[in-house]
Amino acid sequence: MTTLIAIIGLGVLCLIFEIFDFRKAIIPITIIGLLAILGLTVSEFNSPASYYNNMLIVNRFSVSFSSLFIVLTLFLVALSHNFYENHQSKLSDYVAIKIFLLSGAVAMVTFGNLAMFFLGIEVLSISLYVLAASSRMNIKSNEAGMKYFLMGSFASGIILFGICLIYGAMGSFDIVEISEMSQSAELPIWFPIGIVLVTIGMLFKIAAVPFHFWAPDVYEGSPTLTTALMSTLAKVVAIATLYKLLTALHADVNYSFQIVVVVISIASMTVGNIMALRQTNVKRMLAFSGISHAGFMLMTLLSLSTSAGSLLYYTTAYSLAGIAAFSVIIYVCKNRDNEDIVNFHGLGKTNPLLAAILTASLLSMAGIPIFAGFFAKLVLFSQTIQAGYLVVVIFAVINSIISVGYYFKLILAMYTKEPNEERKGKPFLIYAVALIAIVLNIVLGMFPSLVLDLLA
Amino acid sequence: MNNILTQIGIENYIFLSVTLFCIGIFGVLYRRNAIIVFMSIEIMLNAVNLLFVAFSTYHQDAQGQVFVFFSMAVAAAEVAVGLAILVSIFRNIGSISIDNLKNLKG
Repeated sequence: MTTLIAIIGLGVLCLIFEIFDFRKAIIPITIIGLLAILGLTVSEFNSPASYYNNMLIVNRFSVSFSSLFIVLTLFLVALSHNFYENHQSKLSDYVAIKIFLLSGAVAMVTFGNLAMFFLGIEVLSISLYVLAASSRMNIKSNEAGMKYFLMGSFASGIILFGICLIYGAMGSFDIVEISEMSQSAELPIWFPIGIVLVTIGMLFKIAAVPFHFWAPDVYEGSPTLTTALMSTLAKVVAIATLYKLLTALHADVNYSFQIVVVVISIASMTVGNIMALRQTNVKRMLAFSGISHAGFMLMTLLSLSTSAGSLLYYTTAYSLAGIAAFSVIIYVCKNRDNEDIVNFHGLGKTNPLLAAILTASLLSMAGIPIFAGFFAKLVLFSQTIQAGYLVVVIFAVINSIISVGYYFKLILAMYTKEPNEERKGKPFLIYAVALIAIVLNIVLGMFPSLVLDLLA
Repeated sequence: MNNILTQIGIENYIFLSVTLFCIGIFGVLYRRNAIIVFMSIEIMLNAVNLLFVAFSTYHQDAQGQVFVFFSMAVAAAEVAVGLAILVSIFRNIGSISIDNLKNLKG
């Protein structure tokens, strides 16, 4: 609970700095503040509690995911320094919106009441609509914002309808009460329909097939930093919340639900990977890669009671690799009007360090050993086999092999093509973020138990 | 109040809400004018609000009505952001038809 209050305080502080013309201090102070909040959150790890009539329930699951979100926001705020160089007068707004978005994310994994869940998801989504359309003069960014807004509010409407039907069946919004009552035999038909509607709405936010069609357009049109935020933070938040919600509602006992998860997971992986093969725009390619990763993450829903640790590990590995990759993309595509692979030609010669970082993060996403991505997939696959879904694992392995194809397209472009022009300047924060993210990824790859045992 | 609910039956409230919700969905899917699309989204959210109030009376429980306030506030904030995006689109291309938003594809 203190985490949530502290985050909102930090967001307000950012806005106040703008009033007193303290603009230079915004990013350093936000980073220090987020580090302090991270410490505060981690200190709650061993003291589960609930606040405000069970509105917020703090437990190990919520604390570890909140910490992950805070770390990701930390990286994103650090990247904003360079990214918004030409928009100094709006810096405080951009940073403050990111902090408020974090508060929505934390509310979403800490919720103990469906009202809190709905408010969290709306705070997160509304901030994202603003960020997606934040490049005002750019028609692509406007279009991305509009598409994301229409799809997002459509999904919110469906989620709200689902919550309403669950309330109608149970007469309560409290997740613990609903969880107890859902064990009883006689429930109105509204209850399963409500679960289905909420799940559909959340799948929209995760961008899983067949609810993925907005993702490539929105990822391509948004400013690159917002794309980084959507593909790492927003996706991880949505999948973690869906996991928590479905665990509380005991959705996994239903056989038809398992079939649906299997189908959606296989479809997401396959469609995402096959569409990614023919993309030339890097942001679009990573959007489809994100769709396929959503398919992998959905596999955890097949063994709901035991897979919290592997979900945390997979999401951490994926989002750290994503942050590293996007910080390189932000550097390379700065002041360019598109993000085509052509821009990456010869990066291995002109800037070996960043090229190595991008290679490492793509290899982690593809699942090559020593990077965390490999062990994440390994743990996930062995868990899914134990749960008895061999078919999904076979498809997942085939898809991992396909995904190597398009990741290597980018890697080859960096190392075998001739460089087209020099890039000036070595922005310290971008280098620092990319390096720290990839080093964390490798450390987690060498010591997977650091994260896996947290939620065992 | 409860008397009326027992006479009409909760099912009919659900049918009404589902009908309104579907009208909203079809509005979002088929109308090309962005303002009308926004209105359709509002119809969807308000259909749910109606059902919340009906369930709240059905269960004799105030939580549902409180939730309606949350969802109304959220819907207002959401549409405010949507209209702001629409204004910047209008400034750039001079039209509010969502058919004109076709720059991103591939």
